[in-house]
Amino acid sequence: MLHRGPCGLHCIKINHLGVELEGQVILEDINMHIHCGKLNVIIGKNGAGKSTLVRAILGEIPHTGTIEFKAEENGTLQKMKIGYVPQKVNIDRDSPLSVYDMIASYHSSFPVFLHKKKSEYARILEHLKVFEAQDLIDKQVGKLSGGELQRVLLTMAVMDFPNLLIMDEPVAGIDRNGMELFYTNIERLKKEYDMAIILISHDLEYVQRYADEVILLDSRILARGSAQEVYKSSKFREVFGERVQEETEGVPCR
Amino acid sequence: MQVIYGWMEALLPFSWIQFDFMKNALLAVLIITPLFGILGTMIVNNRMAFFSDALGHSALTGIAVGILFGAGDTNLAMIAFGIVFALVLNRLKARQTQNTDTIISVCSSLSVALGLAILSRGGNFSKYSGLLVGDILSITAREILYLLAVLLVTAVFWLCCFNKLNAVSINRSLANSRGISVTRMDNLFAVLTACIVMLSIKWVGLMIINALLILPVASARNLSVNMREYHFFSVLFSMFSGILGLIVSFYVNVATGPTIVIISAVIYFATYLYKKICH
Repeated sequence: MLHRGPCGLHCIKINHLGVELEGQVILEDINMHIHCGKLNVIIGKNGAGKSTLVRAILGEIPHTGTIEFKAEENGTLQKMKIGYVPQKVNIDRDSPLSVYDMIASYHSSFPVFLHKKKSEYARILEHLKVFEAQDLIDKQVGKLSGGELQRVLLTMAVMDFPNLLIMDEPVAGIDRNGMELFYTNIERLKKEYDMAIILISHDLEYVQRYADEVILLDSRILARGSAQEVYKSSKFREVFGERVQEETEGVPCR
Repeated sequence: MQVIYGWMEALLPFSWIQFDFMKNALLAVLIITPLFGILGTMIVNNRMAFFSDALGHSALTGIAVGILFGAGDTNLAMIAFGIVFALVLNRLKARQTQNTDTIISVCSSLSVALGLAILSRGGNFSKYSGLLVGDILSITAREILYLLAVLLVTAVFWLCCFNKLNAVSINRSLANSRGISVTRMDNLFAVLTACIVMLSIKWVGLMIINALLILPVASARNLSVNMREYHFFSVLFSMFSGILGLIVSFYVNVATGPTIVIISAVIYFATYLYKKICH
């Protein structure tokens, strides 16, 4: 499965992106330059516009400015493929939906209510193996633990090798081991899949350890750079307070 | 039709089958119940029970509007009104300025009130009160053909679009990122639901149509762990309670719709207990 190496040829440029909803400015003048094989983490308080930015990049809500994608493979320009890992899914605990059903709904046109298609089942199983989630294929999605669900969603997002992977880190349901595994998987994706990654994260400690670039957002970009640079900035102190800033000191960085 | 009647008489060794109205009702049940079983799966997944209930209530207004404009066939007026009502609700829901429940409640109350006001002009409402309970025994052969057409359309739609509907229901942003048109799927499903609810409301009744959409599905959810079981049990329970309800109501001499609902509810509690005891 993992056969691609980083190439450094792709990049995604976001120029002067702005979003206005019902007369209220949610985001303004967002400029980002995202390279493949890099983990870009967006941090910020609740209501800073992090999820809105993701929805704008996904093309779900109208925005001003442009999003450019550059990739030349064999001399032809490709269309940007985006993989997305949402923060949560709209599934009850007893929803009659297996992992196979969920993945096939997004990746296959063969109706999942009719019959479990063998070739599709084998393909999904193969991809789940990448994140050691093959045993989950027949389990009910609603009964998975936070970490298991995240591995399944990650599998789904990278199944067809997207150029850009956008992830909304779940806040609930994942223990330390799960977080560790999650970030290890991201490292692998970066190295082995040549993927540009945008992650919205709430855990400043993990961000410090794993991020290549950190972007502090509050309607506009307040600070950017390595985790160390951002965490030391005065804007960071303004947003998160002095106590948090002190706490982040001494955590090992990349 | 006579050929089918002949088969039914030959195949079913029951005395009630000799009545044409029972043959028609049985045919209608055989079409409506799987239709409801299939459609209900998505209504419950999308948490649209209140939406389908409001649609049922808006049938009153559909008929009233039809009568007001002198439409000969109130079926058409009802379907047209149902579609408009469903699309307007979807539009308002998408704006998310207010709680969905509140918006549906406001639209539904207004529409019912308008319908009642128009239909009760000159004290004539009793003419339409049959709509509340429904009467499957009065269905005609032509109307059965309409229902059959809707069943076929639904089956084709389900085969082509179910995965997409399911994807939208799981996570809208994720579906959007996979190139699925979320709004179009929402609207197609709402229009289909509106057509089915409007076409079957006369036979099933405004008060209980939602029970028929939700109960078999709720029972199926107690037993199923994947989409195949979900659909299988939902259609099975829906058809079983439909057929049994029709026969029981014939012998006990009560309205068919409520009998079907009671049987569905018994199945629900039985599956609920089974789930509690076995899991």
